[in-house]
Amino acid sequence: MNYAVTRNAGHRFRARALLALAFCAAFATPAFFATAAGPASTVEVKIAKFVFEPKEITIAPGTRVVWTNGDETPHTVTSNDKSFASKGLDTDDKFEHVFSKEGDFGYICTVHPFMTGVVHVRK
Amino acid sequence: MSKHDSDGSGHNPARRQALSCLASWTGAAVVWTVAGGVPYALGATGSGTPAAAAPDALTFVQISDTHIGFRKPANPDIVGSLRRAIAEINALPQAPAFVVHTGDVSHLSKPEEFGQAREILQELRVDRVHTVPGEHDTIDEGVTGYLKYFDHDGNGKAWYSFDQGGVHFVGLNNVLNFKAGTLAALGDEQLAWMKTDLARVSSSTPVVVLGHIPLWTIWEPWGWGTADSAQAMALLRPFGSVTVLNGHIHQVLQKVEGNIALHTAMSLAYPLPTPGEAGIGEPGPVTVPAGELGKLLGTRQLSLVRGSHELALIDKPLAG
Repeated sequence: MNYAVTRNAGHRFRARALLALAFCAAFATPAFFATAAGPASTVEVKIAKFVFEPKEITIAPGTRVVWTNGDETPHTVTSNDKSFASKGLDTDDKFEHVFSKEGDFGYICTVHPFMTGVVHVRK
Repeated sequence: MSKHDSDGSGHNPARRQALSCLASWTGAAVVWTVAGGVPYALGATGSGTPAAAAPDALTFVQISDTHIGFRKPANPDIVGSLRRAIAEINALPQAPAFVVHTGDVSHLSKPEEFGQAREILQELRVDRVHTVPGEHDTIDEGVTGYLKYFDHDGNGKAWYSFDQGGVHFVGLNNVLNFKAGTLAALGDEQLAWMKTDLARVSSSTPVVVLGHIPLWTIWEPWGWGTADSAQAMALLRPFGSVTVLNGHIHQVLQKVEGNIALHTAMSLAYPLPTPGEAGIGEPGPVTVPAGELGKLLGTRQLSLVRGSHELALIDKPLAG
């Protein structure tokens, strides 16, 4: 598990040993490939107008997800199972988390619990 | 005691006396009064000679949503807005008994924001400032960070009660205890405490409840409500006079349920949109033209006359 809050920081890529597998296409998402020697994929989620966009994503294990708060109001990215949680994100603050295990990870903004999102991690 | 005016007109002498002093300093503010749980506007006030308040009247001031730490175009100088309000409160002809702050003291729950807020609030020339937490005060570590600066009774809870001037005051924390996708809530522990606390108060005692998020559902898509407010209302219903003072929505709205009058207050930081306003899908800060901001920020003064169920409210913009 690896996560951190970064402010306007560039993305850090890290090699991940992964089998080359196309992953779940249940939502017809673009296929991401992670090769044994290549960098982990990164998926961006924007927070804008009190909505996680996209609200629902499907990724392969080892994928890094980066959330960026575009609102003037602070938000958090807090998983329902407490496996990841950001600090309060001010405008343009980022939070990232690498999903190593398969599963469905629902999350909310604890400041505005009506804001919900989910990350599906599939091989 | 009757909960209603003898003639139903709301113009009985006692309240007029209580209001006269309040009207005198407010300039163009609107005077609100509550009789038997029914609030209505008495009209815009004009300038006049300050008069003495009724000798047994309890007067206090509500401020809300100071958002110390906010630095955006909607209000680049929130500290200045707070200091301006403090100057007006300190200049009142009769000092209020205390000031209540109905939450969102800070913007990001940072220790330096709480520290700065506490320091500035000490400029108020009143005995005490009673605060309740807003959701901006509980972002990173629940209510823990807030309580390091604003633990009023030392109980390590963000809820408390006190009695002053014949009125029972209850401060609540309704910004936690949420489940994903729902409104925040008071939670069972706090409701149990509230039940025990109110059990020792006679039903003829006026009750004033402080809570950040409105205790009625104003606009659920924006989280403008409290999930278990119905249980709190049930505990308050036996009382003859209940006034609920909320913040959170940065604008004045009111609702009456029987003897329970609920009021939200203006912010001292920035305006928020009208709930459900066409074209605005989210409750983000609204940037208004220069010169307009002061009209949308403000304070509220409240006056209660002992032995009466009546409560006078004046919402005072920072700039008329």
